[in-house]
Amino acid sequence: MNESIIKPENLVYRRTPVLTDNVMHYCPGCGHGTIHRLIAEVIEEMGIQEQTIGVAPVGCSVLAYNYLDVDIQEAAHGRAPALATGIKRLKPDFFVFSYQGDGDLAAIGTAETIHACNRGENITMIFVNNGIYGMTGGQMAPTTLEGMKTSTSPYGRDIKMMGNPLKITELLAQLPGTIYVTRQAVYKPALVRKCKTAIRKAFENQRLNKGTSFVEVVSNCNSGWKLPPVEANKWLEENMLPMYPLGDIKDVK
Amino acid sequence: MKELRLMKGNEAVAEAAIRFGVDGYFGYPITPQSEILEHLMAENPYPKTGMVVLQAESEVASINMVYGGAACGKRVMTTSSSPGISLMQEGLSYIAGAELPCLVVNVVRGGPGLGTIQPSQADYFQSTKGGGHGDYRLIVLAPSSVQEMYDFVGLGFDLAFKYRNPAMLLADGVIGQVMEKVEVDDYKPRWTDEYIKKSFPWATTGKNPNQPHVIVTSLELDSARQEQVNLRIQAKYRECEKNDVRFEMLHCDDAEYIFVAYGSSARICQKAIEMGREKGIKVGLLRPITLWPFPTQILRELSYKVKGMLAVEMSAGQMVEDVILATENRIKVEHFGRFGGIIPSPQEVVTALETKIIGGK
Ligand SMILES: Cc1ncc(C[n+]2csc(CCOP(=O)(O)OP(=O)(O)O)c2C)c(N)n1
Repeated sequence: MNESIIKPENLVYRRTPVLTDNVMHYCPGCGHGTIHRLIAEVIEEMGIQEQTIGVAPVGCSVLAYNYLDVDIQEAAHGRAPALATGIKRLKPDFFVFSYQGDGDLAAIGTAETIHACNRGENITMIFVNNGIYGMTGGQMAPTTLEGMKTSTSPYGRDIKMMGNPLKITELLAQLPGTIYVTRQAVYKPALVRKCKTAIRKAFENQRLNKGTSFVEVVSNCNSGWKLPPVEANKWLEENMLPMYPLGDIKDVK
Repeated sequence: MKELRLMKGNEAVAEAAIRFGVDGYFGYPITPQSEILEHLMAENPYPKTGMVVLQAESEVASINMVYGGAACGKRVMTTSSSPGISLMQEGLSYIAGAELPCLVVNVVRGGPGLGTIQPSQADYFQSTKGGGHGDYRLIVLAPSSVQEMYDFVGLGFDLAFKYRNPAMLLADGVIGQVMEKVEVDDYKPRWTDEYIKKSFPWATTGKNPNQPHVIVTSLELDSARQEQVNLRIQAKYRECEKNDVRFEMLHCDDAEYIFVAYGSSARICQKAIEMGREKGIKVGLLRPITLWPFPTQILRELSYKVKGMLAVEMSAGQMVEDVILATENRIKVEHFGRFGGIIPSPQEVVTALETKIIGGK
């Protein structure tokens, strides 16, 4: 390699120091890694690494604490918003965020999610919606689409039998406690940049102390969906987005 | 002169928390202990001491708010009664697994199920044998007076931080509701953030530059390492058993028979001892103050000297199993109890001693 091109002005990408050196365990093509990076970059850019406490979920991102180089707590399945509440109430000067999948946030942890948002906890909640239980091997999630095949809906999700896909983000936007509720995606570079702006805003909002900021990221699960990464992203765009459209749902000025 | 107050047991817990310098309380109403949250809300300690008080949406949430605060090195607590404590078992297992200190108060009511709001001691197994999943223990203190409800809040926190393990006050509806005289302390300042950061390197207090970040977790997927975690936790428990067994003995010097009882049952036994001794029965009381670690050693020693023991509990017979284990079948050990919220009378206790132990084979 020509060493002479290594100059600051030629830098196109630098890995943020808020990510550790650990090799991520995520499947190739999975969105979790990108979303981790965006959070880490936002923390770096805001200069808040030493004033941030995160909460990891139970799900594929249970080991998020191995990758995000901030002080971080691992919660029981679904309880991250309760931990985040305890942390923020006792350390109000800190930036506190939770990171959860759809099973964690919208099934087993629904009560903790709704009540943290309803109290308007001054925290940032990151919600990764891949429409499936990735970690346990691809079972049906509350966000699984109608007709979608999973290991516990092998003939497709039957609405009459199994209930409807839950648009929890729209539901949370109804609550007066939330100030910023948005749905983003990371399967295209332009969307990655948009998503980062949203996460940045959701963190900045903690300085205002006005309520909860909630960022849903519609993501993929190649292994669970049984699709190669490129096809998974195409499937996401064609099937997930009509049900879970992107954009800000609520932005209280 | 220390300040004296007339208080309910539940109010004493709340007052002790404020004066001891507790950082956070998270709770959900349930009879017979709702006065704790009510008293804290009425006292509104935040402007005075900085203590946070929050009503959670459930006991599941309360105990997980406690987890979040405890992992920051703060002194945090929750209180409930039996059905609510059942809901907390998941959280307690995680807190024990992550080796965090906290205080939980259980003002026990009768079960199973929704049961009754009347007093009971039927949560002994759940409290002393783990309660949730995995190999862990709670450090369990059993107050038998309103003064002890007050004093054990501080003691509970001290033990919880000493062993980085959840501690529980196992009270019952009688101790929670009865009014007694209490000597209260002056207000102690809460720990400063600087003190916490310096003293508890395991706590998430914000990453220190050039040092690894702090991870609080109970997860260790590698079996060899998970076994090491378990061994470390067990070693801690052996230390606790060695150093922190607490009990009280009453009239044991000349006793031929022993009541073993804790909490309000111990109070009933005190009266039963008076009545028994008037009849010429030489009976004493061994009152476990720590239910875990259990006063096994002293019971073993007593079993060489006395003829029999009666475990008096407001349950169908739970602690009695630990008494039998401690006394190694050397002497006759029986259980007497009422349950479903019924409090036995001292007369019933004396009669049980006469029929089950003295008269029994
Ligand atoms: C109390 C409890 N129930 C069930 C499980 C098993 N479990 C682990 S992860 C998971 C689902 C995770 O799915 P999701 O939150 O959608 O995250 P993903 O893995 O897809 O990122 C389940 C059911 C558990 N760990 N704890």
